Amino acid sequence: MVDLEYLKLSPFGKFWFNFKAFFKRLPSSFAAFFKAIPKKLYSLWLAFAGIFINIGRAAKDGDWKTRSSFVVMGFGLITRKQYLRGILYLFFEVLFILYMVFFGWKYLAKMGSLGEVVRAEVWDDAVGDYVINNYDNSLLILLYSLLTIFIMTAFVYMWYQNVKGNLLSQQYVEAHLHLPTTKDDINSYVNENYHKSLLAIPMLGLVLFTILPIFFMIFIAFTNYDQYHMPPAQLFEWVGVDNFQTVLGGGIGSNSKTFAYTFKEVLLWTIVWALFATVSNYVLGMIVAILINKKGIKFKKLWRTILVMTIAIPQFVSLMFMSQLLSEQGLINNILLKWNWIDKPVPFLSDGTLAKVVIIAVNIWIGIPYSMLICTGILMNIPEDLYESARIDGAGPFKAYMQITLPYMLHVTMPYLITQFIGNLNNFNVIFLLTGAVPEPMDMHYANRTDLLITWLYKLTLSGKQYGLASVIGIFTFIVVAVFSLIFYNRSKSVKNEEEFM
Amino acid sequence: MEKRKFRSKKVSERITLAVIYTILAIISIVWLVPFFMLIIISFRGEAVGMSADYLFPKQWSFDNYIKLFTKTKFLTWYGNTLLVSAIVTVFQTIIVLMTSYALSRMRFKLRKPLMNLMLILGMFPGFLSMTAVYFVLKEINLTQNLLGLMLVYTASSAMQYYICKGFFDTIPKSLDEAARIDGASRHTIFVKIILPLAKPIIIYTILTAFIAPWGEYMFSSFIMLGDTDKYTVAVGMKSWIDNATLMSEGYFSIFCAAAVVVSIPITALFIWLQRYYVAGVTGGSVKG
Repeated sequence: MVDLEYLKLSPFGKFWFNFKAFFKRLPSSFAAFFKAIPKKLYSLWLAFAGIFINIGRAAKDGDWKTRSSFVVMGFGLITRKQYLRGILYLFFEVLFILYMVFFGWKYLAKMGSLGEVVRAEVWDDAVGDYVINNYDNSLLILLYSLLTIFIMTAFVYMWYQNVKGNLLSQQYVEAHLHLPTTKDDINSYVNENYHKSLLAIPMLGLVLFTILPIFFMIFIAFTNYDQYHMPPAQLFEWVGVDNFQTVLGGGIGSNSKTFAYTFKEVLLWTIVWALFATVSNYVLGMIVAILINKKGIKFKKLWRTILVMTIAIPQFVSLMFMSQLLSEQGLINNILLKWNWIDKPVPFLSDGTLAKVVIIAVNIWIGIPYSMLICTGILMNIPEDLYESARIDGAGPFKAYMQITLPYMLHVTMPYLITQFIGNLNNFNVIFLLTGAVPEPMDMHYANRTDLLITWLYKLTLSGKQYGLASVIGIFTFIVVAVFSLIFYNRSKSVKNEEEFM
Repeated sequence: MEKRKFRSKKVSERITLAVIYTILAIISIVWLVPFFMLIIISFRGEAVGMSADYLFPKQWSFDNYIKLFTKTKFLTWYGNTLLVSAIVTVFQTIIVLMTSYALSRMRFKLRKPLMNLMLILGMFPGFLSMTAVYFVLKEINLTQNLLGLMLVYTASSAMQYYICKGFFDTIPKSLDEAARIDGASRHTIFVKIILPLAKPIIIYTILTAFIAPWGEYMFSSFIMLGDTDKYTVAVGMKSWIDNATLMSEGYFSIFCAAAVVVSIPITALFIWLQRYYVAGVTGGSVKG
C-alpha cells in the first residue's frame, strides 16, 4: 500500500490496517529479532571487551597509586588531591563491604532454597521457656536477595568507574594537564553533570518503589506463595512454571479449569471494555464539543461549565453514588417499583451482561466532559476556510465531519487516545467502585463478570492471597498493554507522513 | 424564487439550532440530575436506609452534616487526605519538574534508554508491585501510616514527566544558550529562566497531583488496611458503602453529605484553574 492510499483510509480503516500489519509483521519482526542477535551479541562483546581492555590498561600502565585503587577504591584520586571523589569512592566501598558482611550475604546465600527453617517454638534452657527459633522468612529472603543483587550491580559499576577515573587522573598528571579539583567537581554538578543531580532522587524512588518491586513480583510468579504458604509462619518455594500452566489451562488440580476459564473471560472483557470505553467517550465527547461550538449557539460558556462541573467532583464520589443508586435495593429500583414500571428489581449491576452495558454507560457519563473539554480547544484550531471550501464543493455536514473534522482530530489527539486506551485497560476505579462488591459467580475464580485484569489482580491479592497466581496475571496484564501500545505506536512509514497533515 | 429559497435555508438553520438546543438541554439535565440528587439526599432528615422510594426528603435538615462531623471519623479522614495531598503535591511537582528538565534540556548517554525504561515500566499494572512495596514499608514500620502512603504516591512520580517535558521542549533553546554565554550555570537557567516560563505546566502538575489522592482507592486501601484512623476519604467512604448495616441505618444520606463536603474544595479549585488543566492536557497531546 502506498502512502496516498493509506491516507485515504477512514480512521478505523487505518487502525485495522495497523492491526493487520502488526500481526503480519510479527513473524518477520521475530525473524529480524533473532537475526539481529549475533550482531547484538557482537556489539555486547565489544562493549564487554572494552571494559576489560580498560581494566587491563589500568593494570598495565597504572602506577602503584592507580593499582592500589583496584583494592582501595579512590586511593589514586585521594593521593592526587581529588579528595571529594576519592573519599566518596572509599566511603561507598566501606559501606558496601559492611552491607554484604552483616546483611546481604545472609539473604543471598538462601536465595536458591528460599529458606529451610520453619518458624517454631522451641524450648530454651537458658530462658526456661519456649522461644521462637531463628526461622527463615522466604519473603524477606527473596526481597533482600534482589536488593543485594541490585546493590552488587551498582558496586561493580562504581568499581569500574573508579578504575577508569584513577587511570584518567594519572594520565592527566603525566600530561601536565590541569586536574579537576574538588571545586571543579562540585561545579560540574550544576553544569555539564546537572542531569545527575536532578535525576538522582527521582531515580532512587523509581528503583526502590517500582523497579525492585516489579522484579520481586516477577520472581514471585515462579513460587507457590499463597494462603497455605504465608511467611512468616510458613515457607514458600520455587515451583517453576506451574502458575503459568494454571492460568493457561494446562495445570493440575480442581481449581485450574475454573482459573483458566476466568482468565479467558476477564481478558476478553478487559479488551472489549477498553475499546468501547475509549471510542464511545471520544466520539460522543467530540460530538458534544461540535454541538456547543456550532455557530449560532448561545451561552457556550454555560453549557461547557455545566459539563465541566461534573469533572471537578471527584470520580470516586460519583462512582460510589452511582453504584448505590443502581444497586438492587437502590433508589432507582425502588422508585421504578413504586411506579409499577417493573415487578422486581432490575439487576443493573449484578447481571453480567446488563452490568457491562451499564458500566459503559456510566463511564460515558463520567468521561464525556473530559473529552469534550479536550476536543473543544482543538476544534477551534481547525481553519474555517477548510469547511468553507468543502461547502462550496457541495459537501454536507456529515461528509465535512468525516473528511475534515475527524481526520484532523485523530491526528492531533492520537497520543491522548492511546493513553486513554491504555488507561482504560487498567481502569481500576470505574470497575471496582461500581461492581467490585458484586458476588463472584460459581464458575469464576475470585472474579465476577465485569472484573478487569487489574481488579482481578486486586481481589486475588487481597481476598484470595494467591500471590503467585496474581503475579502471573500481572505479567499477562503487562503483555496485553505492551502489545496494544506496540500496535498503536508502531507507526509504519506511511503513518509518519501524517505528521505533515496540513 | 430566489428569496424563498433563502428563507427556507434560514428556517432549516433555525430548526437545526432548535434541535441542538434540545440536545444540549437534555445532556445538561442528564449530567446534572445525579448531582442534584446527591445534594438533595444529603439534606434528608429521616433515617430511612436503603428502602427509600422517594427522592425529596420528608424533612429537610442539616442533621447529616452535623452527624458527619461529630459522630463519624470523617473529619480525621478529611484531614489525612488533605495532609497527604498537600505534601505529595509539593514533592511530586519538584520531582516531575526536575526529571522533565533533565530529559528535555540535557543530553547524556542514558537519556533515551531511561525514557524507554519509564515507558515500559508504565505498562506494568501499578498494583503488581504493591505486595512488594507493602512488605518494604512493613519492614520500615510505615504500614498503616500516612508517611508510607505519601512515599508510595511520590516515589514513582518521575514517570509522569511526559506532559511537562513536552512543554519544556517548546521553550526555545536559544534562551538557554544566551544565558550560558552570559555565564549562567545550568542550575541558574533552570530556576531563573525555565521555571518562570513554565507557570501553566507547573499549575497543571500541582492540580493533578493535588486531586489524585482524593480519588485514589487501590493503594491507600491496601496500605491502611484495617486502621480506620488512617483512612483517606475514598477508603473511609467506601467502607460505609460496603457495610450493609450502616447503610440500612440511614448512612446513605450521611454518605451524600460527605460527598458534598469532599467535592466543594476540589470543584472550586478545578473551576478556578480550569484553563491550565486544558492547556496541560492538550499541550501534552499535541506534542506527541
